[in-house]
Amino acid sequence: MSRRARLIFFAVAAAGLAVTLGAGLAGLPSFGSQITAYARMLNELAPRQRHITDVVSAISFDYRGIDTLFEEFILLAAVAGISVLLRPLSDEIRKLPDDKAPDRAIPPPSPAVWLLAVFLSSLLVLTGLETVTHGQLTPGGGFQGGVILASALYVVYLGTNYVTVERFQPVPLLEASDGVGASGYILIGLLGLLAGTDFLSNVVGLGVTGNLISGGTISLLNLVVGVEVAGSFAILASEFLDQTAVIRTRQR
Amino acid sequence: MSVLAYGVVAWLFLIGIYGVVTSRNLIHLVVCLSVAQSATDILLLEIGYRKGGHAPVFVSLPAHPGPAVDAVMQALALTDVVVGAAVTALLLALVVQVHKRAGTLDPDALRATRD
Repeated sequence: MSRRARLIFFAVAAAGLAVTLGAGLAGLPSFGSQITAYARMLNELAPRQRHITDVVSAISFDYRGIDTLFEEFILLAAVAGISVLLRPLSDEIRKLPDDKAPDRAIPPPSPAVWLLAVFLSSLLVLTGLETVTHGQLTPGGGFQGGVILASALYVVYLGTNYVTVERFQPVPLLEASDGVGASGYILIGLLGLLAGTDFLSNVVGLGVTGNLISGGTISLLNLVVGVEVAGSFAILASEFLDQTAVIRTRQR
Repeated sequence: MSVLAYGVVAWLFLIGIYGVVTSRNLIHLVVCLSVAQSATDILLLEIGYRKGGHAPVFVSLPAHPGPAVDAVMQALALTDVVVGAAVTALLLALVVQVHKRAGTLDPDALRATRD
């Protein structure tokens, strides 16, 4: 199909879509006027029922916990797919580039960059842990905190070099954390079955609202999701880095 | 106000799809797809918005009087963001391999190499 034909095809389809989308959006309640009865009820009930202060976490990990289970496995499947796609192919090898001038030392990064990397990476680890562990109290949780934790590794890479980052992220450990995080979610869900109620029921002691240890399984699930997401995003970064740094075409 | 709020959603989605259709670079195409996908995030948050509402986080309540916005839509938007990130990463991995095999990122040139 030529570009012109494709554009005409798109214009027709987009016009049709715009009409149906517009009709659909016009049928929505006017912006900012009301929220659903379900949401009002959860806002009212969740803090008392689950001893949490962040209702979004309670919905993600408790009332709609099964959704988040699948969401976590979507992420796991995507990362597994990327690992398969970016493996060394049959005509490629994993090899660090040859040092063509061994008598000349690689200049270290400037002290300012190095200092910033040290400062920023420790700050990111701290913020990440804070976000994961306070998921039931303040905005945040396992997904957000996990991404912040993984980004600490990116900062280490910016401030140093590939070999140093490899030391910081042993691949077996990352893959294990990915698996432990994903299976941990199911194991915590099974606690409900063991206690004689439903899968993913909040059967652990709820604690005192506003404390760090509160919300029962909500905070536990935040922890395992944090481990899984941090592992996933670190694997992602290392797979893409490997493509430029160590995976190259085999010399014939 | 409603027209502007929901108009942004329709415009973002259509402009994203337009970018996908006319793209001459696969990385640009993946970014356009995330633009189209971000329309769903905005729609979810807009459905859950309530005029004057505060975040559904009930800490130090006296400081935040009034109603809270819809927490269910925020949880769904979180799911949307995570799935969007997974899709983008997977597509970029595919793009890396396409570039290795075909030596180009232009989708039109790709079709020519296949024939």
